Amino acid sequence: MDLKDLYRDVILDHNKQPRNFGRLEPCDTSADGNNPLCGDRLTLTLRLEGDRVTDIRFEGKGCAISTASASLMTEAVKGKDEATITRLRDLIHETLTAHGEATLPPAELGKLAALAGVRDYPARVKCASLCWHTLGAALEHHAQRHADNGPATVSTE
Amino acid sequence: MNAAITPLAYDVARVRADFPILATTVRGKRLAFLDTAASAQRPLAVIEAVNRYERSSHANVHRGVYELSQKATDAFEGARERVRRFLNAASIKEIVFTRGTTESINLVAQSWGRRLGPGDEILITWMEHHANIVPWQMLCERTGAVLKVAPIDERGELDLDAFRALLSPRTKLAAFTQVSNALGTVLPIRAMIDAARAVGALTLVDGAQAVAHERIDVRALGCDFYVFSSHKLYGPTGLGVLWAREAVLRDMPSWQGGGDMILTVSFAKTTYNELPYRFEAGTPHISGAVGLAAAIDYLEALGIDRVHAHEQALLMRGTSALLAIPGLRIIGEAKEKTSVISFTLEGVHPHDLGTILDDEGVAVRTGHHCAMPVMEFFDVPATARASFGCYTDEADIDQLVRALGRAREVFG
Repeated sequence: MDLKDLYRDVILDHNKQPRNFGRLEPCDTSADGNNPLCGDRLTLTLRLEGDRVTDIRFEGKGCAISTASASLMTEAVKGKDEATITRLRDLIHETLTAHGEATLPPAELGKLAALAGVRDYPARVKCASLCWHTLGAALEHHAQRHADNGPATVSTE
Repeated sequence: MNAAITPLAYDVARVRADFPILATTVRGKRLAFLDTAASAQRPLAVIEAVNRYERSSHANVHRGVYELSQKATDAFEGARERVRRFLNAASIKEIVFTRGTTESINLVAQSWGRRLGPGDEILITWMEHHANIVPWQMLCERTGAVLKVAPIDERGELDLDAFRALLSPRTKLAAFTQVSNALGTVLPIRAMIDAARAVGALTLVDGAQAVAHERIDVRALGCDFYVFSSHKLYGPTGLGVLWAREAVLRDMPSWQGGGDMILTVSFAKTTYNELPYRFEAGTPHISGAVGLAAAIDYLEALGIDRVHAHEQALLMRGTSALLAIPGLRIIGEAKEKTSVISFTLEGVHPHDLGTILDDEGVAVRTGHHCAMPVMEFFDVPATARASFGCYTDEADIDQLVRALGRAREVFG
């Protein structure tokens, strides 16, 4: 277990210069996520065509793992349909929670594989998964089409 | 510092040898345990007292006529007497064992608090732990009473004038911490107690962060309630103390119902036990109480004043060492502090800091320290907090400083 495996260059880069940072206005769906234990907060705004994410942005405050994970996620899901996103979400979840396993993360994850080091730091899994939970809430919220109910909120606690 | 001219040199190496856990390694590195404010480690004396009790004295208390039950009762009641002496309380009737500081405060809020009504006020401070905020908020919701909050300044000190100005005949209780867990600030509790008494309010002091660092004399303080947890005092978890003045406690309605808190039970009418047992329903944490008594013995043998002096020297050293690190900001710079240093490092989120420090064997708390209003006041989502105890040494601080250097490297 090595700290460099957690804080890989890709993670540090996305933390310093988060991609797709900000807010889409107008947007088709949004959700807030927060991790009360850490104080990590983020807001996702999305534009959709059918069940395909055409654009996505995030904003918020958090640790390097949570910021980089959100930034990488926005890159990974842009242009993808819901089935592909769900698949990515499951793969990421498996990768993050594979504590003590030395297996390589699946190739499908692409750049998201940089988060694999988190599996050796169980206390930090929530930091990396917050954005994915929030994305799930935003898509579900959209599916329910409760447009007048305000944004969805999730908490990892 | 020249050790030869230091009177009564405190032998921290010998103290450390009393704490088996300090010999463990973390990720292959020496453990620098700097999270004593969250939970103190246990000396061998406590571990062995609990072990001895479990091996030779355990049975239920206040019940059996057989010898073992009497031994357990003697051990448990002996611990109560030990706590009484530790606090200089007038009587063991005033010592109620609870699960911890949090439960002690909830007991007061739910039992004593029943007398409150609309228009009554409870005064707390901005520096409280959530355990001394939420029970009062819940009480106010139930009764229509109003919660008032005395402000703090940018050094993390209480605005005592504002505290005084918020007191009025409507104030029924002033509940405040003796030491801020997030900032280390020592509050002027004597002046606060006097001011509250002057308007006829009762006072509750949250001593969770104070008991391991200074001598407590509840009679000299003049407060009505004093609460603390065993595990912040080098004792076991799951046990706390509520001290209340006998006259106040006698007037309070019973809280949880069950065995041990009753004299007789019939379906027509139940009569309640005497103090303090009326507030201790169910089988208590007997081994915890035995451990707490051993912890008090241990700390008093070391000398609380000497421990305090040792910790204050480390606080000075740690503060100047940390301030020399570029980008490091100390949150909480009160004139009088216990050995707690809360800080942020520019460009590194406290949680990343916590992970990197852990990789270097340094255990610090990161987060909001159950004091979210304090974090909000200083406009930070979280801080890292290093806190010291009787076993903390200079090597711990050096290790922390080196680890912070590593964090700056990683986040360049």
